[in-house]
Amino acid sequence: MPGTVVETRELGRRFAGVAALRALDLTVGAGEAVAVFGPNGAGKSTLLRLLATLLRPSTGTLRLFERPISDGGAAARRRIGFLSHQSFLYPDLTPTENLEFYARMFGVINLTQRVRTLIERVGLAGWAHRPVRTLSRGLEQRCALARALVHEPQLLMLDEPFTGLDVDASAMLTAMLQEAHANGTTLLMTTHDMARGFEVCRRAVILTRGRLIWDGHIGETQLIEFEQTYLASVHAAEAARA
Amino acid sequence: MMLALIRKDLQIEFRTKETLAALLLLGLLTLVVLSFAFDPTSELRVEAAPGALWVAVIFAGVLGLNRSFLAERENECLQGLLLCPVDRGSIYLAKAVGNFLFMMLAQLVIVPIFIFFFNLPVSFGLAGVFLCLALGLLGFAAVGTLFAAISVRTRAREVMLPLLLLPLTVPIFIAGVKVTAPLLAGKPLGDVAPWLNMMVGFDVIFLVVGWLVFEYAVEE
Repeated sequence: MPGTVVETRELGRRFAGVAALRALDLTVGAGEAVAVFGPNGAGKSTLLRLLATLLRPSTGTLRLFERPISDGGAAARRRIGFLSHQSFLYPDLTPTENLEFYARMFGVINLTQRVRTLIERVGLAGWAHRPVRTLSRGLEQRCALARALVHEPQLLMLDEPFTGLDVDASAMLTAMLQEAHANGTTLLMTTHDMARGFEVCRRAVILTRGRLIWDGHIGETQLIEFEQTYLASVHAAEAARA
Repeated sequence: MMLALIRKDLQIEFRTKETLAALLLLGLLTLVVLSFAFDPTSELRVEAAPGALWVAVIFAGVLGLNRSFLAERENECLQGLLLCPVDRGSIYLAKAVGNFLFMMLAQLVIVPIFIFFFNLPVSFGLAGVFLCLALGLLGFAAVGTLFAAISVRTRAREVMLPLLLLPLTVPIFIAGVKVTAPLLAGKPLGDVAPWLNMMVGFDVIFLVVGWLVFEYAVEE
């Protein structure tokens, strides 16, 4: 699947006069898996929310799927899945009802079959008809992943998806993300867990104080070197602004 | 997609029954208390009845509107909605229609009890009163849905919503009382046409305004 999925030029966002993201240039090609690292407050979540059209840029331009965001982003959102540490699931509805609702909102055809398949795929068959309120954090996050995938997005954005998950649930989520990537889905993930990030992604970018300070590809054996690069880059950027 | 959103709101409400129960309880309590303020045989009771009905509608409506975005707040579901491939104005319209339906459902119980407690003749134009309530509540839902979306993200949302909402909806309630009073006295709808037209105008204006500005109301 050739082409560019995300292209930002001088992208910036301010909140009440404070810059959360500054002049960011980033290009993500179709089928890539990119991990976004950075200390707390670096602007990682702001970046994903801008790309998901949940926020409007203060400066710069954003193109998704090789098109500018012209209609408020509705057409682009049809091709985007978003998974956060918040599930976006209605606690009083069951996983099946939640997925059917989102499937309707995204205009999914044959939604009953699609929802049943997803529920089985994320291992929620035994909990499909219980209110989300009664599910554990791990089960809820599995359901959230199904929600993000219900319309078969071409770009899946994940904001700290491993937060609060136990080892088994994290491994399950990693396996599902690897499968989605193998099927051609472009992934963009923020996480503090470098090991988990590199189980799925081969490209990393580092943000600090709203600026992109490092962008490169990582081999499987270079995790320790990357950790050192990360610390050195972040400390250098912090020292330069001190 | 708007239907999917309305269906979801109804699904949650029929499971939890929180909003309808609150609307009914507060509406009925208000009517009961006000009905005891007047002598059952007095003419004043009939004259005060339209005001009492609309006070009950306002109190119950504010409570219902306050709850309308709470379900979207849990687990940040509003963000999930905003990620859907629909324009934000459509989300507003669906929420406004949902709020209107809840308030009208409550009136199906409140109005018969209002007739009973205020000892009103059942011969008056009940259809006209429901038309008037529908027009009033549509305008109330149009303004209230927009302000509920704004106030749900504030800390003092229970106070903020009535402070924002009530001053702006005074015209529709004045029109509501002015229409209800002649209808209760058995006069035809034609006699209150100017007030009804005003209510229709209010509804159209605020539905359009809400549809246009909702995107900015939910934006961070």
